[in-house]
Amino acid sequence: MTRTIEFRDALREAMSEEMRRDQRVFLMGEEVAEYNGAYKVSRGMLDEFGPRRVIDTPISESGFAGLGIGAAMMGLRPIIEFMSWSFSLVAADPILNNAPKMLYMSGGQVGCPIVYRGNDGAGGQLGSTHSWCVEALYSNVPGVKIAIPHTPYDAKGLLKTAIRDEDPVFFLESERLLSVTGEVPEEEYTVPFGQAKIVRPGKDCTVVSFGRPVYFCLDAAEELAKEGIDCEVIDGRTIRPLDIDTIVASVKNTNYCVVVDQSWSFASPGSEIAAQVHQHCFDDLDNYVGRVHSDDVPAPYAQNLEQEMLPNARKITEAVRAVTYNA
Amino acid sequence: MTRPMRTMPTAPPKPRPADENLAAALGPEVLRSWLRDMLLIREFEVRTMQAYQNRQIGGFCHVYIGQEAVAVGCTAAVNRNDPIVTAYRDHGHALARGLEPRFAMAEMFGRIGGCAKGKGGSMHFFDVPNHMYGGHGIVGAQTPLGTGLAFATKYEDEVINGGSSSRVTLCFLGDGALNQGAFHEALNLASVLDIPVIFVVENNGYSMGTSITRGTSMGHDITTKAIGYGMESAVIEGMDVMDVYNGMKPMVDACRAASRPAFVEIRTYRFKGHSMSDPRKYRTKDEEAKFEAEDPIDKLADYMMSEHGLSEDEYKSLTKSVRTEVREAVKWAEQSPPPDLDELYTDVYVERWGPYLGTSPPPMMQERSERRP
Ligand SMILES: Cc1ncc(C[n+]2csc(CCOP(=O)(O)OP(=O)(O)O)c2C)c(N)n1
Ligand SMILES: [Mg+2]
Repeated sequence: MTRTIEFRDALREAMSEEMRRDQRVFLMGEEVAEYNGAYKVSRGMLDEFGPRRVIDTPISESGFAGLGIGAAMMGLRPIIEFMSWSFSLVAADPILNNAPKMLYMSGGQVGCPIVYRGNDGAGGQLGSTHSWCVEALYSNVPGVKIAIPHTPYDAKGLLKTAIRDEDPVFFLESERLLSVTGEVPEEEYTVPFGQAKIVRPGKDCTVVSFGRPVYFCLDAAEELAKEGIDCEVIDGRTIRPLDIDTIVASVKNTNYCVVVDQSWSFASPGSEIAAQVHQHCFDDLDNYVGRVHSDDVPAPYAQNLEQEMLPNARKITEAVRAVTYNA
Repeated sequence: MTRPMRTMPTAPPKPRPADENLAAALGPEVLRSWLRDMLLIREFEVRTMQAYQNRQIGGFCHVYIGQEAVAVGCTAAVNRNDPIVTAYRDHGHALARGLEPRFAMAEMFGRIGGCAKGKGGSMHFFDVPNHMYGGHGIVGAQTPLGTGLAFATKYEDEVINGGSSSRVTLCFLGDGALNQGAFHEALNLASVLDIPVIFVVENNGYSMGTSITRGTSMGHDITTKAIGYGMESAVIEGMDVMDVYNGMKPMVDACRAASRPAFVEIRTYRFKGHSMSDPRKYRTKDEEAKFEAEDPIDKLADYMMSEHGLSEDEYKSLTKSVRTEVREAVKWAEQSPPPDLDELYTDVYVERWGPYLGTSPPPMMQERSERRP
């Protein structure tokens, strides 16, 4: 049986189910308890689990990001909510220097099974400080796993996997997707890490993306279909581990590839995937791997500028036309 | 602008009535074990410095000489299963907790026999079976972690097991860490969330070359920091292990009973430079001599001789046994092979995927034999 629920409900169901299943799991962050979540993701969780397991913190990202690590080292399974991943920058030391390196530096003695989650990417005219796409910054760090769902189904399944994972997971949500609805089974399920999903099969050009831009890719694919260009759209679902095999298999069929990544282009998941596709599909490619990113500028406030800066269907259609010699 | 120079740790320990001298009441066997622990740390550090000169140890290396009474007195004041965590000057804490010198030395030599298979080095000792959660290289980083360890012990005791909070975490930090944001966030969190962690500041008067007067507001009385976070605090003289124990024990008991955080300033001194490359131009020879005259090892040895009839011969045999133990540790470490190159890709993730080979505990885990009962 499936029902149609919002993305935020899917996230909450994942957390609540895991908290019912495992007492070691707790949720901590700013406004998660009494306020019911800044974006209502944790609505009702305080009522069900009480203040010992759904814990409001002061505005101390470095403090509670690090507190979660200590708790994880002792065997608990913290879910730490960042109101926005933009605010994780003040917690860079714990999340990058401690969580992903604890297992290594202790020579295998103690790891860090923790989930950090929150809104990533442009929320809509929030200006540069609040519009971070952290995937490029953080995917550079060995020891982290990064999941970035685009549907309620994946949001729930991936978050449950994240909570059960023994390694630190950065879970990137999008404020712009929280009210998106989708079908989610009533039965228990999880979505494994490292398995991309072909969300639209096609034969002419592989389009790879993650998170919210997957929707723009689908819009672009509809547009391009009218021109006779049949795109295969792949949602990577996790950036680390990256399912390069699914991408490579697709490119071997289509012989063309465009990567769509909302982070800035320089040293990003997009550049990494392009490099790997060039390596693995050198003889299959009929052109260079095209890339669509946010423009290489700070996120602007003005609506028209922000629209222009982010990846969008127009930029994607242009990129696909260019690499498939249809420009 | 000039500020008055702070006189360094200082007032002679307040004499305590006999019934408050908790350390003395523990009897000569316990005091003797403390003496041995301090001697072991001292000897270990002397050999560490030699090995560093011989280039057997690389990287940054910070020795604990002069501060031995702090680690030994503090760990004596808590239970074996109370977690501890500290900064990069971590050799003393790990040894006081029971990490065998051979595993510690092998770690610094970058060998597979090291407590972290040679992947952490001097600044990142871990000994989880002895509830020692690191060795952390970034100044102040361990303060939120220590708060989290204590959060977890309480959560486990109360939320999972339905009992009452039974453990206290000791989170050690240097005086330099007082000026890190993470420290202040950790204190506030510990206070608002009622977390049983004691922030133990080892105030040795300097962070590298910056004296506490130059770098820290209210440096003459850092317990003022605790007032703002609504927690109990104490100042403890750190050059005498009995003072450390006498100051810490009631604090630990109170913190455990109330399940609340606390803050202690332990006044101590590092006899050597900040790290192995420090000419110590920022302090005077007179100042150094003054503290060297307060050597915590001599103090306890003198006490044992006058109060418990420790003889010169017994003391000599104690130092000899420690010297042998450390010499053997060095030999053992030298013979431990460097980690296999596969180790590069183990312990990155618990899970195996891509180039990553999963995780495995250090060989130390199988090898260790309890040093103490
Ligand atoms: C965030 C950070 N900044 C700078 C350093 C370099 N550093 C290492 S130790 C140290 C001094 C710290 O002094 P203190 O906290 O008093 O500890 P002590 O060395 O006296 O034990 C500095 C500046 C560091 N490790 N981390
Ligand atoms: Mg210091």
